[in-house]
Amino acid sequence: MNASNTLHHTVRRSQLGRARGLGAAGSGPSHWIAERISAAALLPLSGWFVVQMFRLGGSSYEDVTAWGARPVNATMLLALVATSFYHAESGLQVIVDDYVHGKAHAPTKIAVKIGVYLVGLLGVVSVLKIALGRASSKS
Amino acid sequence: MVELRLPRNSTVTKGQHFPAPASAKNVRTFKVYRWTPDDDKNPAMDTYDIDLDHIGPMVLDALIHIKNDVDPTLTFRRSCREGICGSCAMNIDGENTLACLKPIDSMTGDILINPLPHMPIVKDLVSNLDGAYAQLRSIEPWMKSDSAPPPDGERLQSPEERAKLDGMWECILCFCCTTSCPSYWWNGDRYLGPATLLAAYRWIADTRDEDTGERLDSLEDTFKLYACRTIMNCTQTCPKGLNPAKAIGRIKELQVERKL
Repeated sequence: MNASNTLHHTVRRSQLGRARGLGAAGSGPSHWIAERISAAALLPLSGWFVVQMFRLGGSSYEDVTAWGARPVNATMLLALVATSFYHAESGLQVIVDDYVHGKAHAPTKIAVKIGVYLVGLLGVVSVLKIALGRASSKS
Repeated sequence: MVELRLPRNSTVTKGQHFPAPASAKNVRTFKVYRWTPDDDKNPAMDTYDIDLDHIGPMVLDALIHIKNDVDPTLTFRRSCREGICGSCAMNIDGENTLACLKPIDSMTGDILINPLPHMPIVKDLVSNLDGAYAQLRSIEPWMKSDSAPPPDGERLQSPEERAKLDGMWECILCFCCTTSCPSYWWNGDRYLGPATLLAAYRWIADTRDEDTGERLDSLEDTFKLYACRTIMNCTQTCPKGLNPAKAIGRIKELQVERKL
């Protein structure tokens, strides 16, 4: 038997102390229910988007931007982009929690949040550009 | 980060072979995980050819036969041999279960026996469950009530109230479910695991307990409770046929209910 292994422990904290850890963070339910509600919301939103894309197939650039400038379509597009990226971000947090441990955990979680929301913001700006850009060019 | 392979000193090697006596007719091969802290060797799978005609029907009968008659160095836990103490929980044929409840003839081919997965090993089939026991203790699995009990007797429940505990009081704390859970493998230091969460819900559902809100508070955590990914290995593997995943789902529902 390796004597140094049996006599030296780097962790002497009790098992109960370790199990209690830092206590309950008070987080969890909101993320959990929001992930499920966003998943449910994506079903009709994605269905609407697929149908619209088939309808617009082969249309001219002007027709598509005119379609995107209508308030109802712009609202639906924004809802789809926002919900998609919100849901993607929630899901990626779960993956980071499962697979990234130790010191890398917190920075990875924050980096994923920032990255996904930046790309989502790009989507929002693009929709707004179609929706508002056409309105302003008309005036 | 993700561990894709075992550490070098945990790689399982081929162990010793113990053949059956020449007179044996009904022979079955058991491959059993062996590791001892007494030397610096890697773990090994020892092979035991056992004559089933001279032992009882369960895997535990084979293990006891090995220890008594073939290889007294084999180490495992057992006590009641009837599925109520939870001592002989181990991984048999790839599934966590109780050796005393697992019939040998329910399996085909060689029978692989390993300790409960992803726990520190004390020796051979004995895994160290200290962390899991401490997690159980951390949810304070005892009744907490500010009202004094009736002076003339015990606290009463209606039959309907008592029925809410069915499917939970039967848990024998063998930790087959907790050690089968990938989420517990990944985050066992922060996630409480299905056995402890089933026990937590047992007290949340108990109508005599008055600490429900505090119990929900202490579980409201991204890891302690919400690291459950509804993988359902716990319910699949429970040797008592219980459903820890359902209990975890009920705790989540209650926490959402009080937030909305």
